[in-house]
This record gives sequence, C-alpha cells and structure tokens, in this order.
Amino acid sequence: MPKQVLINIFIAILWMFLQDSWTVLAFFSGYLCGLLIIFILRRYFKEKFYIFTLIAAVHLLLVFFWEAITSSFAVIKEILRPKITLTPGIFKLETGLRTEVEITLISLLLTLTPGSVVMETIPEKGIIYLHGMDMPESKEAVMKSAKRFEKAIKRVTRND
Amino acid sequence: MNVTLSEFLSVLLIFIGTFVSFLSAIGLIRFPDVYSRAHALSKSSTIGVVVVLLGTLIFFVSQEGYFSIRLLLAIFFVFLTTPVSAHVIIRSAYRARVKMTKTTVEDALAEYFNREKNIEGIEAEDAR
Repeated sequence: MPKQVLINIFIAILWMFLQDSWTVLAFFSGYLCGLLIIFILRRYFKEKFYIFTLIAAVHLLLVFFWEAITSSFAVIKEILRPKITLTPGIFKLETGLRTEVEITLISLLLTLTPGSVVMETIPEKGIIYLHGMDMPESKEAVMKSAKRFEKAIKRVTRND
Repeated sequence: MNVTLSEFLSVLLIFIGTFVSFLSAIGLIRFPDVYSRAHALSKSSTIGVVVVLLGTLIFFVSQEGYFSIRLLLAIFFVFLTTPVSAHVIIRSAYRARVKMTKTTVEDALAEYFNREKNIEGIEAEDAR
C-alpha cells in the first residue's frame, strides 16, 4: 500500500509539472489521473488496490459507530429496569486474528458491542476473554457478531 | 419566538446527550460490581458525549457558518479511547482480585490465571 500511494503522488507531481501550474487543483487532478492509472495496472502489484482497502476501512468505521449506538441503548434498557437482575460472567472467544493491529481493532469493536467488555487478550493465540453482562444471551450475540467483525477487519488488514 | 429547524435540532441533540449521560451515571450507581459498571461507563457515556458534540457542531454550522473540524476530531478520539479505558479498568480490577457479584454464572478467566473462582458466592461456600 505505501508503494502504491508513493507512485500515485509521483504521478500527481508529474502531472503538475506537465501542466506547468503550481496549484492544488492541478495536483488533485493529477492524483485522480494517477488513481485511474493504478486502477488499470492493479494486477501488476502484489498488494490489492489501496482504494479497496480504504473503502473497507470506512466500512469498518461505520460498523463501529452503529455498534456503539445499539449497545448504548441496550445498556440503558438494563439500567432502567425496576429491579436489576444481571447474570454477568466471563467467557472465552477464539478468533483467527493474530497481529497487534487486528487484535486492537477487534477489542475496540467487541467492547462496543452490546453487553461485552474485553478483559484479557492473548494475541499469539488469538484468544480474547470477555465480560458479558447478561450471560447466555450476550455470549451468543457476541459469538455471532464476532464473525462479522473478523471478516470486516480481515478485509482491511489482509491482502486477499 | 421563532425557532429555526437547525436550532431545534441542535438543542434536541444536546438534550438527548445530557439525558443519556445522566442515565449512564444512574447505571454506574445501580449496577452491582466493577465489571458491570464498566459496561454502563463505556457505552452509554460515549454516546452521550458524542451526541452533545454533534449538537454543538450543528449549532455552529447553522448559526455562524463555521464548520469545526476539531469537534469531529473530539468525537473520533472519544470513540477510540473510552473502550480502552473501560478495558484497562476491569483488567486491572481482575488482576487485583476484586470480587464479582453473587449472580455471576461463569468465570473462564480463572483457569488462565490458575486460581480458584473469584465469585463471592462460591468462595463463601468453600470457606464454610
């Protein structure tokens, strides 16, 4: 990805020189041309086209916001119960994610899902211990959404 | 009294934000132990602060025509940092052997730390 961005900036500067105008507008039009050129030549790069990674990152951010909103309402529902009957517990979740960035991202996402906060991580094995607020239900909910997050994260960090 | 739509919207958002923050503060008092209090702290208060900031953003855009990038940055960083703080608090709480409530049903971390279960009810039975 850094290589592609560098080539794109190089094309943009080249475009600026060819136009003989030192303006931001010329740079941006050059950048757009560079994007088109790299898109056409994308199968000659080892990594995938970096705009696809960027789109996946934006998608991840939106998932992040959505989870935060729904989980806050789930917690408020618990708070407003006349009598609090929580059955909390700690459970184990195994993921296929290994690197530090991936573990960080999934921990952030899982902390924002309804009824779960990350307690302990073992990055080498991809194991995460979570504290669930309402035990059988929140465990199932987390197991279900963890798969979705894993897919969304892998699309950003992995190359296939 | 002529209230424009944007004014109404920003005031409504700020009101919702304050109300959600207030509810999460109630949750902080009502929940039984540190671990479940971290839930109230990490989720509802995030949304509360973010919605207040959004209301402020809309107010300044509509009234003074000033789009504040710094407010957006604040929203981004609140989203990024609150889960981390909740995680660190309950992680250190478990390592400091803070007791969990009696209604706790499962403690998978006990085997990882190689210690007997941290739940109050179970330990009381062992002592008897």
